[in-house]
Amino acid sequence: MLPIEYYLWFSAILFVIGVVGVLLRRNVIILFMSIEIMLNAVNVTFIAFSRQMNNVDGQLFVFFVMTLAAAEVAVGLAIIVAMYRNKKSINIEDMNLLKW
Amino acid sequence: MTEVLFFIFAAMAIASALMVIMNRNPIYSAVSLVVTLFSLAGIFLLLEAYFLAVVQIIIYAGAIMVLFLFVIMLLNPGKEAKFSSLTDPRTLIITLLSITFIGMIFSLVSGSVNYMGEAASSVEALGTTRNIGLTLFTKYLLPFEIASLLLLVALIGAVLMTKRSLK
Repeated sequence: MLPIEYYLWFSAILFVIGVVGVLLRRNVIILFMSIEIMLNAVNVTFIAFSRQMNNVDGQLFVFFVMTLAAAEVAVGLAIIVAMYRNKKSINIEDMNLLKW
Repeated sequence: MTEVLFFIFAAMAIASALMVIMNRNPIYSAVSLVVTLFSLAGIFLLLEAYFLAVVQIIIYAGAIMVLFLFVIMLLNPGKEAKFSSLTDPRTLIITLLSITFIGMIFSLVSGSVNYMGEAASSVEALGTTRNIGLTLFTKYLLPFEIASLLLLVALIGAVLMTKRSLK
């Protein structure tokens, strides 16, 4: 196995790409994709440590993160569809009902 | 061999992740995300997590991406307007915040690297379906059941949310 640093650096880069995407983009669907990228970056860390420690528990956590991501995307995209019906836009700037 | 494969997969994943956040057309972003997820599945294989590599392809590249593409086609949002220029104060603040965040994460990683011992020598059957199933249905049985409940709630929530009117 490669040294675990390689995987950690890779995961950090991927996570930062996700953060930058969330901060810079205004399209809600692409925001969701950036969140998926961040979740996947964390999954890489989990699996790398699972391999390093020779412990299967980390892989189980990845399994649960994937379940959570599936549920999150289903509900989130439903919210986007409902918002689009009301506002006719998927720009994050237009969703300011709770902003004061 | 592992090293070469790792660098190929990592470069592919990072390049396509950058494409996801830089493309102005959401459909291209979605297709780039599929490439990212497949490269990550390859990295899972290198880490001997065979079960999760397959699950990654089935769930992410199969189910979640289809959902994304469906919604993109349904809403047909078209291209996003151009990014605001770097002189815009908000973009400037976001850029500075991102750079700070990058520095934080990287110092965290490089600071913790010294405390990690040697990796376990090649272990057989760590990430096989049998091993994962054994742990999942003994140690993690309760979280597994709760996850099924979570999926049920998400299902009901998604159906309710997209209904036209709640009577």
